[in-house]
Amino acid sequence: MATQHSRSSARLMMAPAVVLLLGWMLVPLTMTLYFSFKKYLPLRGGDLGWVGFDNYARFLTSSAFWPSVQTTLVIVGGVLAITVVLGIFLAILLNQPMWGQGMVRILVIAPFFVMPTVSALVWKNMFMDPNYGLLAHLWKLFGATPVEWLSQASLPSIIMIVSWQWLPFATLILLTAIQSLDSEQLEAAEMDGALAHKRFAYITLPHLGRAITVVILIQTIFLLSIFAEIFVTTGGAFGTKTLSYLIFQRVLESQNVGLGSAGGVYAIILANIVAYFLVRIVGKNLDA
Amino acid sequence: MARSIAPRRKAINTLLAWSVGFLIFFPILWTILTSFKTEAAAIANPPVFIGFDWTLENYQAVMERSNYSRFLWNSIVIAGGSTVLGILIAIPAAWSMAFVPSKRTKDILLWMLSTKMLPAVGVLYPIYLLFIKFGMLDTKIGLMIVLMLINLPIIVWMLYTYFKEIPGEILEAARMDGATLREEVIYILTPMAIPGIASTLLLNVILAWNEAFWTLNLTAAKAAPLTAFIASYSSPEGLFYAKLSAASTMAIAPILILGWFSQKQLVSGLTFGAVK
Amino acid sequence: MGRITLDKVSKSFGDVEVIPPLDLTIEDGEFTVFVGPSGCGKSTLLRLIAGLEDITSGQIRIDGADATNVPPAKRGLAMVFQSYALYPHMTVRKNIAFPMKMAGIDQAEQDRRIDAAAKALNLTDYLDRRPGQLSGGQRQRVAIGRAIVREPAAFLFDEPLSNLDAALRVGMRLEISELHERLKTTMIYVTHDQVEAMTMADKIVVLQAGVIEQVGSPLDLYERPCNKFVAGFIGSPKMNFIEGEEAAELGATTIGIRPEHISISTTEGQWKGTVGVAEHLGSDTFLYIHSDVSPSETMTVRVDGEFSARHGDTVYLTPRAERIHKFGADGLRIE
Ligand SMILES: Nc1ncnc2c1ncn2[C@@H]1O[C@H](COP(=O)(O)OP(=O)(O)O)[C@@H](O)[C@H]1O
Ligand SMILES: [Mg+2]
Repeated sequence: MATQHSRSSARLMMAPAVVLLLGWMLVPLTMTLYFSFKKYLPLRGGDLGWVGFDNYARFLTSSAFWPSVQTTLVIVGGVLAITVVLGIFLAILLNQPMWGQGMVRILVIAPFFVMPTVSALVWKNMFMDPNYGLLAHLWKLFGATPVEWLSQASLPSIIMIVSWQWLPFATLILLTAIQSLDSEQLEAAEMDGALAHKRFAYITLPHLGRAITVVILIQTIFLLSIFAEIFVTTGGAFGTKTLSYLIFQRVLESQNVGLGSAGGVYAIILANIVAYFLVRIVGKNLDA
Repeated sequence: MARSIAPRRKAINTLLAWSVGFLIFFPILWTILTSFKTEAAAIANPPVFIGFDWTLENYQAVMERSNYSRFLWNSIVIAGGSTVLGILIAIPAAWSMAFVPSKRTKDILLWMLSTKMLPAVGVLYPIYLLFIKFGMLDTKIGLMIVLMLINLPIIVWMLYTYFKEIPGEILEAARMDGATLREEVIYILTPMAIPGIASTLLLNVILAWNEAFWTLNLTAAKAAPLTAFIASYSSPEGLFYAKLSAASTMAIAPILILGWFSQKQLVSGLTFGAVK
Repeated sequence: MGRITLDKVSKSFGDVEVIPPLDLTIEDGEFTVFVGPSGCGKSTLLRLIAGLEDITSGQIRIDGADATNVPPAKRGLAMVFQSYALYPHMTVRKNIAFPMKMAGIDQAEQDRRIDAAAKALNLTDYLDRRPGQLSGGQRQRVAIGRAIVREPAAFLFDEPLSNLDAALRVGMRLEISELHERLKTTMIYVTHDQVEAMTMADKIVVLQAGVIEQVGSPLDLYERPCNKFVAGFIGSPKMNFIEGEEAAELGATTIGIRPEHISISTTEGQWKGTVGVAEHLGSDTFLYIHSDVSPSETMTVRVDGEFSARHGDTVYLTPRAERIHKFGADGLRIE
């Protein structure tokens, strides 16, 4: 396969993708770095000169910074935990013999196709609204006071909405993985006298390792940048301001590009820390 | 397993699975049902499920209020265009990685994926400026390029996992048969990988269709796709539940139907080769 | 025409030298078989000739012209792969036509050659099927058909029969031999099966660890193996090797005698032994005998199918003196 000729063609054929992504990464990154050292207010005077590390210091010391990092991590971690655990449960359930398995799969996968803006709107208004939402009706049915979901339990609510969107993805990948498990292995373990929970712990779960890795990797990539779900539901209020959202507000709402850019650099650093660990785990687990 | 399962157990499984499936699907079902109610019925207390007067007035109202077909067209062009563009660029790259692997192949793949982790907000303003500079703000082509770039790593990775399944000997046979590299990719690799390419295409159409950061921030009136169409209902007017539901249904229906029809291919692609 | 010359050709993968520099000439029209144990570098050597791998040093000439840096498509060689490597999305007809399409041969000529090949290979009824709908033997024939229509300077086969069941393998072996008789084109055939090598080859190249151990006609190798490795590899069942006193008497470190060159008697003979296992094949019987002359390994003796022996019987063996092969301490043949 590998002749000199094919190796040089390979480099040539890889070039467009690599160059484009490199450009996509480097050009805006350089600009962000550039702005982060400036006082730059597009609507209030524009470029007001160099300010050194001022923006970085201000962003870091602003009272919103650490809570936003925490919120980001809580949302990502919470959604990952919920989708992986429920995903395993659902995958095992769907793998049991039953009638109409195909139809159930169709029902379960559906949320994955719903655009985030729609799911956020639907959940916010038709389910979590304290007056007319379905959950409020349900609470009243049991004589309880309806919860003001998006203000009183804002973070769990958002985690719930996002989990609903990503549960199908986790479930389907884990289901595919379980289906690929050689049933002879389980039967052999059964012959050896392993009980159901032991079979799960020692055979099924290790077999799911790679699939769980993929779920975590892909979801983290998308969860770090969730936007619409917060934009539509709370607009960042009630402690749901993720780092991304905080920066978004600095750049677009307060039109402070310098400050926002410094925040952007922090976000990039955070993403890189996460990426570093993920890539190490994934690199080990996937023979990519 | 060729064991006879007790019908009782099968019945319990069925009941449980259908309940869970119904629960997960319920928000969508509820949205669709509500879209056929009058506004009054939509907020009725207690809520009504089926026994209401079905009406199409909400759909009419939504159509009057905004030009649905233009948003739809923009979504189709942007999602489809970015995906096709991405695949054209990704096929040669994935070919290289799958069939002429080097020590760096894995690093390059992971690097590509890590570019997806760059927070979009971090670079929003620069992109915004570049878009203004190149006159691409609120254009379909501009969004197409951005969405292509953010999905390119996923496309490359999916194609790579599919290509790796193709035995190298077949490509070598083509080479012996006198095919040039271009002919090898066009006549042999691509047709053989059609199922994989199709599922890559589908997943990325879905991702692009639902992308809601760049589409909201880089478009205004002209190029806005359905994500923007629906976001316009997030204002307090959104409390018109029936109209909101109708608009939501219209926004998700095309991709929901496409996704349902192609769920088999989708699932195989989603596993990124981690599950055989 | 198809005379292939390898001149000090070597191949390394990274730091690992898989093929140390070797010289080899394959004459036009010759059926040459590369044989050797798995992993000895046969496929690598074939792929170097095909141009699918770059050589690390040396030169490859095809009909006198330097082909070292010529891409595979331009070498005028056709290859049949172990996995057949058929294009699964094309019909048999399209598969066979593919090399001609790439060469820009006109449609009428393509059809003529396809029909001729299909007839010769019994594929006429299957031309519109896909490879997935064919049996292993038929797939093999399609792969050969795809090679034939190019009218190559030489055919390269990489273990083409190893995926077929035993009965089919014998049939295909004959078909390939017949094809060679008919076309008289150079063929290079890689196999690890010495029976295939013996039955098909004009010339056998025995390889071990990338090194050519011996080149010669099947009978050459059978009658005059130049070292212990070739002696043990060629011939079935394997040659018996005896060391120690018996060998020293003949001035050798090791002597070898083939199972078919030992006569057996229940009453008298040179070596005494007891029967371990007797394999009755019908036409022949193979006896595995424990004997003091070869304490470490059982000796194999081939006798008539009628010969009856049971486990534990005492027998006497006598090698045919003129068939004894002598090897020195370095493993090389002593004349
Ligand atoms: N692409 C490669 N990279 C590294 N080593 C290889 C490669 N191809 C073959 N080898 C090594 O070269 C040796 C010879 O392989 P091969 O020619 O396939 O043997 P054979 O066909 O005789 O069984 C083996 O040890 C194999 O591991
Ligand atoms: Mg081989």
